[in-house]
Amino acid sequence: MDVTLTINGQKVTVPDGSTILEAARYAGISIPTLCHHPDLTNVGACRMCVVSVERARGLQTACTTPVFEGMVVDTESEDARETRKFVLEMLLTDHPNDCMVCEVNGDCELQDLVYDYGVAWPEHRGVRHSYEADPDPNPFIFIDRNKCILCSRCIRACDEIQNRDVWNFAYRGFKTKLVAGADQFLLDARCESCGQCVAYCPVGALYDKMSLGAGRVSQLTKVRTTCSYCGVGCNFDLNVRDGVIVRVTSAHDAPVNGMSLCVKGRYGYDYVHHPDRLTRPLVRAKWLGAEQVEEQVANGNWQIATVAEKYVQPPASGPQPSISDGTFIQTDWDTALDVVARKFTEVKKAHGGDAFAVFASAKCTNEENYLFNKFTRQVLGTNNIDHCARL
Amino acid sequence: MTNSIRDIAEESQCIFVIGSNTTEQHPVIGTKIRRAKRRRGVKLIVADPRRIDIADYADLHLRHRPGTDIPLLNGLMHVIVREGWHDEAFIAERTEGFEELKAVVEKYPPEVVSEITGVPAEDIEKAARMLAENRPGALLYAMGITQHIIGVANVMSCANLQMLLGNMGVPGGGVNPLRGQNNVQGACDLGGLPNVYPGYQRVTDPAIQEKFERAWGMPLSNQVGLTVTEMLKAAEEGAVRCLYVIGENPMVSDPDLNHVRYSLQQTEFIVVQDLFFTETCQFADVILPAASFAEKEGTFTNTERRIQRVRAAVKPPGEAKSDSWIIAQLAKRMIALGAASPDPDAPHAGWDYESAAEVMAEVNALTPIYAGVTYRRLEAGETPQWPVPGEDHPGTPILHVGKFSRGLGRFVAMDHVPPDELPDDEYPLVLTTGRVLYHWHGGEMTHRARSLEAMYPEALVEIHPKDAEKANIGDGELMKVASRRGEIIAKAQVTDRVEPGLIFTTFHFAESAANFLTNPALDPQAKIPEYKVCAVRVEAVPEGNGADGEAEMEPTG
Repeated sequence: MDVTLTINGQKVTVPDGSTILEAARYAGISIPTLCHHPDLTNVGACRMCVVSVERARGLQTACTTPVFEGMVVDTESEDARETRKFVLEMLLTDHPNDCMVCEVNGDCELQDLVYDYGVAWPEHRGVRHSYEADPDPNPFIFIDRNKCILCSRCIRACDEIQNRDVWNFAYRGFKTKLVAGADQFLLDARCESCGQCVAYCPVGALYDKMSLGAGRVSQLTKVRTTCSYCGVGCNFDLNVRDGVIVRVTSAHDAPVNGMSLCVKGRYGYDYVHHPDRLTRPLVRAKWLGAEQVEEQVANGNWQIATVAEKYVQPPASGPQPSISDGTFIQTDWDTALDVVARKFTEVKKAHGGDAFAVFASAKCTNEENYLFNKFTRQVLGTNNIDHCARL
Repeated sequence: MTNSIRDIAEESQCIFVIGSNTTEQHPVIGTKIRRAKRRRGVKLIVADPRRIDIADYADLHLRHRPGTDIPLLNGLMHVIVREGWHDEAFIAERTEGFEELKAVVEKYPPEVVSEITGVPAEDIEKAARMLAENRPGALLYAMGITQHIIGVANVMSCANLQMLLGNMGVPGGGVNPLRGQNNVQGACDLGGLPNVYPGYQRVTDPAIQEKFERAWGMPLSNQVGLTVTEMLKAAEEGAVRCLYVIGENPMVSDPDLNHVRYSLQQTEFIVVQDLFFTETCQFADVILPAASFAEKEGTFTNTERRIQRVRAAVKPPGEAKSDSWIIAQLAKRMIALGAASPDPDAPHAGWDYESAAEVMAEVNALTPIYAGVTYRRLEAGETPQWPVPGEDHPGTPILHVGKFSRGLGRFVAMDHVPPDELPDDEYPLVLTTGRVLYHWHGGEMTHRARSLEAMYPEALVEIHPKDAEKANIGDGELMKVASRRGEIIAKAQVTDRVEPGLIFTTFHFAESAANFLTNPALDPQAKIPEYKVCAVRVEAVPEGNGADGEAEMEPTG
């Protein structure tokens, strides 16, 4: 069953049971919201979406009011606009005026609405909250309750999307406060650190701790890609600033996961820039010839690498370590590739293709695995190729 | 997976999770299962020896002993057949071998199964009823099913159950393995296996061999190659002289690491291509620095066979290069040295690729299930699920609709086979291994992700309070775990997540990796090691001994 109503003089036909907000958006008419999110149930908490409805008493919240046949709605009535302005002013009376240094500057729904409605920062001498910023020791989620507008999107995201029920409100009235569990630390409240609450926060009350100070939306470039951890295949945006990944944000149109990510996908990206990354080929000295090694090291083309614990770094200044057969030398690509190509060719000619075994990789791309398979079968001449599918 | 994440989340009436710690290993699927349970009221049955997180959300947690999946599944099927709850029409139309199955499951009444598995008989009755009354139902499994000497038989038993219930080829049903790595599905699909070319085309099939010989311009071997576990053995024996290890770390991920170490030491020439200096690099002759997922273009295939784009966001550090560049360089140099002489006129003989899209075009030409997975579609935002036999084909979200790929679905009746190594007086406990939420595989990446590492910085061994007390091990204290193959020292986590007689640890930490302990016994067909069961003993480590958590890494026997 469809219902026809009038919004701002425009006739709109939508399925019965739609809300005024849905009908308006369907008709391309925008109504401001804060606590509403299309993925979450509507609670009508923030009163930003109030609209005038003919013959109705008082303003109606567009996100929770169902349409009816012949309904006449004015989304831009003076009454509605003034009320929204008042709601914003009230929010600002207890909100830090620090957009200049706020992480979400330019990516803040409150800021956008204050701008749209031309609200001046209110003179306010009454009580303000003064919560400790970042009071939770978890390494993932930053909390600043001074910026919380009590919209409950994080609570609903945790409940309805993640189904973990970590967040809730505690206390009453002005003292109403967003809490984890029974006002505990997140990790004590069974938080899985998925960061869904951060993704749904319309303001800067919840943010990714690893990305604090790393760049704001206007400074970041987003690149859509697929996660490098498990096989679920979540898509997300790598947020890049000056050639460095500084944040991962989820995307509504990700085919498998939508806004959902797990702790590894959202917060496990920094290995990409870890100083342990191998940056040059390494070849044991015995495959290079003592003379050549000495010469190349002396003229600075190659470097002697030391194996310290788990990784390799070229030695800092000071006396050079001595070279033995087993010493790793950082060489150029040509040298390293030639060492491998020559040795492989020699072994193939002497012993045939089955003297090789290739571990392909479940971490590499499809295209790369195709090439590993082609290389193994066509060039090496064996079917000895496998990967960790069984492990 | 035969089905898709979406249809399971939205259309199943019952979700049966067996051998999968879903909320920790595939967290976003775990979330969707929880959501289906809470928002749609689907029934959730979890079968796992440990009280894993998702068990807290289950209608029924069947806590069977490790290595008793077949009797458990047979027990469920026994009840279903006894009560006449099986889908007769589906069985008659679409399957064969039902009578043989019936004869075998006949021998597994709940009381017998309860003896073998430790699951109360009434829970088996309840679970069978729940499965029967809530169709379609989806079965989800992971390595808890496969990492056994009877891994293949376990999978077949899962398929038996789902065919019996008529849960195949329908939305919300299916047999759904959850794949562990980002692109383990793609590595299997694109020829990273010893018995098949890309698209599961057999190396032993002469017509397929000829097709690839013509494409690549070289005579090719028709001998099935070695699996990972066999490669190391062959290297130790000298049959394999060169190992080329790309993005893998056998010195952490393979069973019986003391033995792996020995095999790697015996190998003449080892090339490792990776992001980091892994444990395996210690044995390498040449190490080639590779690019990470964030530094290259390409595609990954997820657990539901969906092909999605991977895009370069940053540059590789230093001189690190993409794996495709490296392998093409090696190929060209070896061809120049005469290691192989592909016919230059063959359509796909060469190694000059400008882009990942060009490689995919070659895949399209040679791989029927990927024929329609073109970059034109991928760049337009499509994420098709294979098989995609043509460019105009929409992809295949659900397999086996109307007909199984082999024609009739065959019931393969299975009897219980106990694990290869069971506890005895000397090694009285069972060790089962797995993973935790904050780490991934050998830990090469997650140990270098600072927040993940901060959450879980060292190996823990889950042990039941009774066993801990018996061995005088306190929570958080160091303990030694020894098997016939090696021993590790790690911190005890005293918890009833495990039952008495069972301990659990992970292989994420190289210095105390479970794989010093694990049994390299393999499933004869899949060659998968039995990571889920081996016999161990535990003892307290007096303070001051091994306090740095260093593992004993010398062979013990």
